[in-house]
Amino acid sequence: MMPQGIWPAVLGRFVWTSLPFVRAWEHPTASEIIGAGAASIVIIGAVSTVALIIWFGKWRFLWSEWLTSLDHKKIGIMYIVLAFVMLSRALIEAVLMRLQQAAAINNPGFLAPDHFAQLFSTHGSIMIFFMAMPFLAGLINFVMPLQIGSRDVAFPLLNSISLWLTGGAAGLMMASLVIGEFSTGGWSGYPPYTELAFSPGVGPDYWIWAVTLGSIGSTLTGINFAVTIYKMRCPGMDLMRMPLFVWTALCTSILMIFAMPPLTVATALLALDRYLGFHFFTNDLGGNMMNYANLFWLFGHPEVYILILPAFGVYSEVVSTFSTKDLYGYTSLVLATAAIALLSFTVWVHHFFTMGQNANINAVFGIATMTIGVPTGVKIYDWIWTMFRGEVRFTVPMLYSLAFMMTFVLGGFTGILLAFPPLDYLVHNTLFLVAHFHNMLIPGLLYGMLAGYHYWFPKAFGFRLNETWGRISFGCWVVGFYLAFMPLYVLGAAGLARRTQEVFETAFRPWLYIAGVGALILLCALASLVVQLWVSIRQRDANRVFAGDPWDGRGLEWSTSAPPPEYNFAILPRVHGRDPFYDRKRNGDPYAPSGSYHDIVIPKNSMTGPVIGVFGAATAFGLVWHMWWLAIIGLLVIIAAVVARSFARDVHEIISADKVERIEGRWLRAVVKATSIPRKVEMKPVNQGLARVSG
Amino acid sequence: MSGPRDTRRDEIRSYGIGYGLALGLTGAAFAIVHWPGFVSTTTLVVVLGLALVQIVVHFRFFLHISLPRSARDDLQLILFSTLIVILMVSGTLIILFNLRARMM
Amino acid sequence: MSASEVRHAGLNLGNTDELTHEQAESAIFGFWVFLMSDAVLFALLFATYGVMLPATVGGPTPASEYKMLPAFLETLELLTSSFTFGMATVAMKHAASRGELLGWMGVTLILGGAFLGMELNDFVTMFGDGAFPTRSGYLSSFFALVPLHGLHVFFGSIWIIVMMIQVVTFGLDARVKINILRLGLFWHFLDIVWVAIFSVVYLQGLIQ
Repeated sequence: MMPQGIWPAVLGRFVWTSLPFVRAWEHPTASEIIGAGAASIVIIGAVSTVALIIWFGKWRFLWSEWLTSLDHKKIGIMYIVLAFVMLSRALIEAVLMRLQQAAAINNPGFLAPDHFAQLFSTHGSIMIFFMAMPFLAGLINFVMPLQIGSRDVAFPLLNSISLWLTGGAAGLMMASLVIGEFSTGGWSGYPPYTELAFSPGVGPDYWIWAVTLGSIGSTLTGINFAVTIYKMRCPGMDLMRMPLFVWTALCTSILMIFAMPPLTVATALLALDRYLGFHFFTNDLGGNMMNYANLFWLFGHPEVYILILPAFGVYSEVVSTFSTKDLYGYTSLVLATAAIALLSFTVWVHHFFTMGQNANINAVFGIATMTIGVPTGVKIYDWIWTMFRGEVRFTVPMLYSLAFMMTFVLGGFTGILLAFPPLDYLVHNTLFLVAHFHNMLIPGLLYGMLAGYHYWFPKAFGFRLNETWGRISFGCWVVGFYLAFMPLYVLGAAGLARRTQEVFETAFRPWLYIAGVGALILLCALASLVVQLWVSIRQRDANRVFAGDPWDGRGLEWSTSAPPPEYNFAILPRVHGRDPFYDRKRNGDPYAPSGSYHDIVIPKNSMTGPVIGVFGAATAFGLVWHMWWLAIIGLLVIIAAVVARSFARDVHEIISADKVERIEGRWLRAVVKATSIPRKVEMKPVNQGLARVSG
Repeated sequence: MSGPRDTRRDEIRSYGIGYGLALGLTGAAFAIVHWPGFVSTTTLVVVLGLALVQIVVHFRFFLHISLPRSARDDLQLILFSTLIVILMVSGTLIILFNLRARMM
Repeated sequence: MSASEVRHAGLNLGNTDELTHEQAESAIFGFWVFLMSDAVLFALLFATYGVMLPATVGGPTPASEYKMLPAFLETLELLTSSFTFGMATVAMKHAASRGELLGWMGVTLILGGAFLGMELNDFVTMFGDGAFPTRSGYLSSFFALVPLHGLHVFFGSIWIIVMMIQVVTFGLDARVKINILRLGLFWHFLDIVWVAIFSVVYLQGLIQ
């Protein structure tokens, strides 16, 4: 029954059956009940989170210490929290899909086709835009300014705005579970299927606006990071003295700046088609849907390098530290990173070899694709030679790095296979492709992010993570990955297409069962991470590393307390080479202050970020549901917030030299009291964050 | 930006020269289309060429970007952006025109 | 970046503190980076226009819709407004009074408004011919590219008004100066995009 009167204008195209609970009530199939269950989890989760915060009286604390903070360290942590939450959702969705395919061999399974399609669409969109991008943005945010000897990023307010735009977009994704439905067009959203003619509902609109908000956030982040690295390095830190993680952050930022606009164009033009009846990609009146694929992948290919380069940066840091050896081939690693970044703009057609352009064009892009494998190979060799004759310590980050080196290379091989157009014609859009890109993303990106998480967690929070549960989780990630994805290569080569809700070939059964088991093991991997965090927090007092250098690290980030003070460095450092902290430890007193303390100016907190994020999401929600009043109000509030902020003049606060002295003094006294430890006991509670330098 | 030691007159002259050149290039482009003298393809090439020159004039005289005077970071940025734009636009045109010829 | 190099020249921050100088350098460079990402966006809309030029589907064509005189006048308006903004920048750096700065900014605003008014009139004329964006792929691509530029000019004009208010309210403090410089970059950039528009869209469409 349609709402009457003014309600259509207020509620847009909302109807009662927009709610999954109503749909489940009217058609209580397994599929609908699962949908209603998911919506319930979101609502219960949101309500209980708010309730807990209110119960413990922490709203004020949360607002003033975290949500309005412009501190890059806190923003980094919030990004990673978001990433873990979204990882949980998307991983559960993956498990559902694996179970469906295992169950649905010559029978319909438990998920309706429409529901299955929403699952693969949300899974991909969330993993890329709301898990991977926030995770890497969070790691770079936390670590990079510390590594370059800076107090913050170039534009702290913009940093907060980017975080909140991403958060708002993630909120929109969660809202799609509770009100309405999501797109069934995959994470790439190809028209004409996603045009009004074939997808008139709210799904594609949710996708368009969530991705748009997120991509604006990412573009701004890229600008922020690039300017920070260009302009705010401490004295003495030339480009060729930067840590590799900073080099990869720089190249990632450059990719973000130039690769996000094509996505904005693609989704904006699709939105114009859907909202205003334009004909960019429609079947009729001159639309050319092939241009969508072209625009989308102009973004999409550099995007995957945005995802992998920060992971490569983590591996460089981790392999060097835990091989107790200088990174081998610094210059070649830098050149390889730059080459990968540049070449990533020259290969996009390999995502649509089969679209119909002639063989010569395909050949050019095939060759370019094969070329881009070379610099990655250079990096692998550099890391191997870093380990060679080093004293390798098999800590959790190092284990992830080793698993990466072996598993990622396998995926790279299949990439070279796919780069060959005739071969790609056979396996395009089969599970072979799905196996390939998960083979790159999980051992590549995800292991790198997890390694970074384990490596820098003590710096961020002041205590180490539990190593045993870290190893359990690692084991599950590796075993689970192999079981879940190696069968997909076989299935894809045998002809099973991707995104299929029902399978009609019984010979596929054993492979799909193995893959299903693998997915469940991956779920255990995630659960182990949660247990690890719980256990680590409970044991935090025993594992504190306040002195700040638990791993005998090389970069400037290890030369501060754990956690670092708000201003990072009381006196901005001056460096004379690569691995500056390592050198200081071996050539004198690394903790002696290099001068006298002064007042330090830092940005005040601001609510501009939260306002833009919340009202950005509100605008998007209004656009999705055709609640034009909400969209207009949201947009006006955002503009007003930006203009109002430009009038603000009192935006800094000062930490007095006395206060700096007190903070530094407390830390330096702890350093003096701490016992320095050799590497072989670095996983024991005796590690207080002070490294023993022998010889 | 204009140099720190430029006098006010130098700066006004810079903008004035830029304005004058741009006016001339604009006029030429409109004229050559209004009173056609060449085959249409040539006219198009000339118009685009005049546009390219005028864009350089804008960069030099309004935005004060030039090889000897500008910071290295700014030049690197503009040149890299130009490269990316050329790659993306020419790639799009070549691929889509090929697709149109084969399929539409 | 050596300190003796172009230190956001044209800004004349004088003897202000080191932090402000550094922030100015980052702020200007950061805005350049943003403009480059915007340039890529426009470039792709140009490419899309090129791809969809033949998709007229029996409806209005470039030759039937584009009028040379309005395009020429709009070009003159926007180009002159770039010149007047340049004069405003000179006034900001050298003038004794704020009046000159505000005057040049006001002239720029008027020219920008004239440009927008004429352009809107062009669109209305096109609609009168049935040349709606919903008519064909070619018209869709025209109405994505050209009004997006117009939208940028519109927001630039709002920004001019905001800056004029801030000059009156705060005088020429460092933040106001940096923002006016960034606005200048934005305004000149928009004129550069217009050069491309009148060449690739209007003149190409009017070639016989």
